[in-house]
Amino acid sequence: MNLREFLHMSGYAGFVWTAYGLTAVVLLANWWAARRIEAEQQASARRRMTIDKEQRT
Amino acid sequence: MWTWLHKFASPPHAYRLLGKMAPWFGWSSLALIVLATWWGLVKAPMDYQQKDAFRILYVHAPSAWMSMFTYVVMAVAAGIGLVWRIKLAHAAAAAAAPIGASFAFLALATGSIWGKPMWGTWWVWDARLTSELILLFLYLGYMALRSSFDDPQRADRASAVLAIVGVINVPIIHYSVEWWSTLHQPASVTKLDRPSIAIAMLIPLFIMIAGFQLYFGWAICRRLRGEILRRERNATWLKEIN
Repeated sequence: MNLREFLHMSGYAGFVWTAYGLTAVVLLANWWAARRIEAEQQASARRRMTIDKEQRT
Repeated sequence: MWTWLHKFASPPHAYRLLGKMAPWFGWSSLALIVLATWWGLVKAPMDYQQKDAFRILYVHAPSAWMSMFTYVVMAVAAGIGLVWRIKLAHAAAAAAAPIGASFAFLALATGSIWGKPMWGTWWVWDARLTSELILLFLYLGYMALRSSFDDPQRADRASAVLAIVGVINVPIIHYSVEWWSTLHQPASVTKLDRPSIAIAMLIPLFIMIAGFQLYFGWAICRRLRGEILRRERNATWLKEIN
């Protein structure tokens, strides 16, 4: 099987590549969202602790 | 076992453990998903009827499986939270919901993309498709219900009830192809006797399902850590992460 045949997917290229592309987009979006939520909460926890420390001193 | 459970249910311990587990889940899921994608798109033989369109199976079936698996995880976590009043269990249910919703969306979207060339339509209101759509709405309803409460404890309890009641939809999705006449094909992998799908086509499917499971493991570790931090706003142990 050459590259052209592979990309052609026996005439179903539009369907197959859209399905795989959409899956990649959703998995990557979820990856990004999960990392962002964790990083935001960590940053917010650090901010609160800094304010807390400043108020004590 | 109870000592271990109580130790795990303590937020600082869970937070650290999830942080250690996440990279293992992440890298192994990436390896398996890449391997299964190559195997499914290149190495697996072409189907004699559906030609290469059948390769959508390798993203559609794992997404559909994960949408149901995640719902059961969410409902069990919500049940544990409701019965034993373990806050971490409620946090796990809340963390699982968006992951499950994205799998349900993927199952519906890739199914629709597969349905157009095979059935000649993007969508039909048949039992399998409709019950999967209800699953997506259950996830969205669960998240909407949670966000409608200011008090996290009330949000936990109300959303847990919805998650538990909604779990009835999972066996309905699974058996819908047997109970009702539907365009969707009957089960070919999860049968009690033996799968009616060639082993060469089955191997990449199982690898992809394993990859998706590990991806879920990674995503819930990260989201649950975020959820723990959000809930433990004023806890003294947070100083350690600084």
